[in-house]
Amino acid sequence: MTESRPRVARTGSRPGHAGLPRLLAGLHSSGQVLSALDHERVHGPLPALRGGELIEMVQRSGLRGRGGADFPVGRKLRTVAAMGGSSRGGVSAVVVNGSETEPASSKDRLLFTALPHLVLDGALLAAYAVGAREVIVNVNESAEGSLRVLEGAIADRGDSRVPIRVVTGPDGYVAGEESAVIHRLNGGRPLPTFVPPRPFQRGYRGRPTLINNAETLAQIALIARFGDQWFRELGTSADPGSVLVTISGAVATPGVYELEFGTPIQDLLAAAGGLTERVQALLIGGYFGTWVEYSRAAQVRLARTDLRAMGATLGSGVVIALRASACGLTESARVVRYLAGESSGQCGPCVHGLAGISALFDALAGGTASERERLTLERWIAEVRGRGACHHPDGVARFAQSALQIFEEDVQEHRLGRCMARRVGVPVGAPSGSSAS
Amino acid sequence: MSTRLRVNPIACEGHGLCAELLPELIRLDDWGYPIIEEAEVPDELLDLAYRAVDTCPTLALVLDEDNLDRG
Repeated sequence: MTESRPRVARTGSRPGHAGLPRLLAGLHSSGQVLSALDHERVHGPLPALRGGELIEMVQRSGLRGRGGADFPVGRKLRTVAAMGGSSRGGVSAVVVNGSETEPASSKDRLLFTALPHLVLDGALLAAYAVGAREVIVNVNESAEGSLRVLEGAIADRGDSRVPIRVVTGPDGYVAGEESAVIHRLNGGRPLPTFVPPRPFQRGYRGRPTLINNAETLAQIALIARFGDQWFRELGTSADPGSVLVTISGAVATPGVYELEFGTPIQDLLAAAGGLTERVQALLIGGYFGTWVEYSRAAQVRLARTDLRAMGATLGSGVVIALRASACGLTESARVVRYLAGESSGQCGPCVHGLAGISALFDALAGGTASERERLTLERWIAEVRGRGACHHPDGVARFAQSALQIFEEDVQEHRLGRCMARRVGVPVGAPSGSSAS
Repeated sequence: MSTRLRVNPIACEGHGLCAELLPELIRLDDWGYPIIEEAEVPDELLDLAYRAVDTCPTLALVLDEDNLDRG
């Protein structure tokens, strides 16, 4: 393997990288892995923090989980540490949830294959802070590259106070749900469990467990080095910091981009090379996400408040631009069918409800649905919410509901036997393009 | 103290006895699975709610007393 150093100037351990990139500083254009040595050159050494210090820094930073739930990370760390302190066996593990089962997301894979030390740093710091006995990195079976690079990276960095190991889990959409990951680590099948108890209460080995998304832990690795004030230099006061967004669809250079919260959506699309053609809508938040008309989305910023006003959340950081020449209704019907098939099959409302929703969605897209069926579809979408052990049905309901709203005109057109679709717009079930920065 | 109803959807097989005993709080969807319309159980329905919990063949109906295990 040839020696190639990242072309990033060493800035010293403080005050840290000015502006962007932060997480992606040191990313090779080839996507080649950043070695432990180069990682340290780019970001500086792993700081030694006193007990409790990291948790306070993370709390002050305002970092929220990047896996989709937006939960305040500092509060989670504090809760897990407290749960561990008051239970006999302590905290069993920090689990890195890298089971990137969202088909349109590739940020976890990018972090694991190119910048593994950032994630491992964050996981170790979190483990020290909550008193966990080990770090377990959970990656998809299909992500062989991630597994290989992570194992190499763990060997490359030498011993740590807490052991690190990598495990693989199945690829199914629901297998990445945190209770499913924990259930599998405990020897069960990779299926969600009835919560509570949640992992922070009773997780791996039945003991309190911290489980976080890979990007969340990578952010912790930087906050620990450069501080919470540095973290807040980017972003807005409500949404501090930077975030990894996987941008795909009708953009010139699809890939993973690190952006500052508060970035106008227009600039986000420009970062991915700009639109390649006219776009009718953006799917924000991935397949559990929300369709938003392009004309509206183009007016707002990448910020929770702006997105919420349109009924959207960033989810695990996915934006897909749907070209005007594709049919949103047909695309949505395909996505709903895919998601219905991804039900883990445990909960009646999910199994039957999603199958029913998908069948009626297909009828709608096929132009054969009656008005009565349309009303039934809306009722089923409303009824399925909150009735699974995990949030799979809720995510499908959100997606389907937004599709019905945004593509209402298409519903009328299809009823008249007209569909505007000339091209396919959304990849379904297949991970989108590779990485870029 | 309040008492709330919850269904374990993994355990539930849609026998529907809960909706028969507690139609005030539970109805069934088009496939026979319970929809909890009102989770908070009023005092006058507590006895029936406990009976519904005991009657469920798969022990899928759960009554939570508040502040316990809700995270």
